[in-house]
Amino acid sequence: MRAINRRQAFALGGGFVMLTLMPIAADAEVTGDAAKWIETFTGGKPPAKGKIALDLPEIAENGNTVPLSINIESPMTADAYVKDVLIIADGNPNAGVATLSFTPLSGKAEASIRIRLATTQNVIAVAKMSDGSLFMEQKTVKVTIGGCGG
Amino acid sequence: MADKPRIKLPKEAAKGEVIQIKTLVSHVMESGQRKDAQGKAIPRKIINKFACEFNGKPVFSCALEPAISANPYVQFDARVDEAGTFKFSWTDDDGTVITAEEKIAFKA
Repeated sequence: MRAINRRQAFALGGGFVMLTLMPIAADAEVTGDAAKWIETFTGGKPPAKGKIALDLPEIAENGNTVPLSINIESPMTADAYVKDVLIIADGNPNAGVATLSFTPLSGKAEASIRIRLATTQNVIAVAKMSDGSLFMEQKTVKVTIGGCGG
Repeated sequence: MADKPRIKLPKEAAKGEVIQIKTLVSHVMESGQRKDAQGKAIPRKIINKFACEFNGKPVFSCALEPAISANPYVQFDARVDEAGTFKFSWTDDDGTVITAEEKIAFKA
């Protein structure tokens, strides 16, 4: 049997760390209230990845106003456009944040709002296209001072 | 009560141009989660719907939840195919509607 040298030991250790971190880094299971919101919105159909650019600060000092920008890839013509976008914050007392409704007259599927976040949590966006296809994106925001209660 | 909403958009646009519209309305957006000094919950009072129409046709709307910050700021885009009027409306939980209008002309 070959002895493991220092470099291999590090690689192995790194591998373990990656494995344990994976579920958090990748698709964390959406649970509870947030899952209910998403299911009502999608009708149980699983959304695909991509098309959505969700812009949020990595660290929000004040959870009372966290700027959120969303931009969805779409030609925005009468035949193909983004219909509705659901925005969810899974750690808030009420997971729902907003439902944006676009039309071909919007020109671009782009919007900015300011949201409240109670604690460090995931913000999830689900987009419904005019042809019924669904896309999802999520981002974790670290919140220093919570924006609910008090 | 509420001050006049602030709306920012260009005065004129070329045909088919996509313009950016920024809106801000003064509102407490009381989430219903907070408690007063006596420990009683302060009832929820928010703007629950914002909508924008252009010459009577819907452009953009959104349903808002208590997780929207006070003085809700909404920025979105609109394609201008004709000269006309943008109509904005904010609907409060208590049923009052704040409205505003902005005209846009074609670039000469």
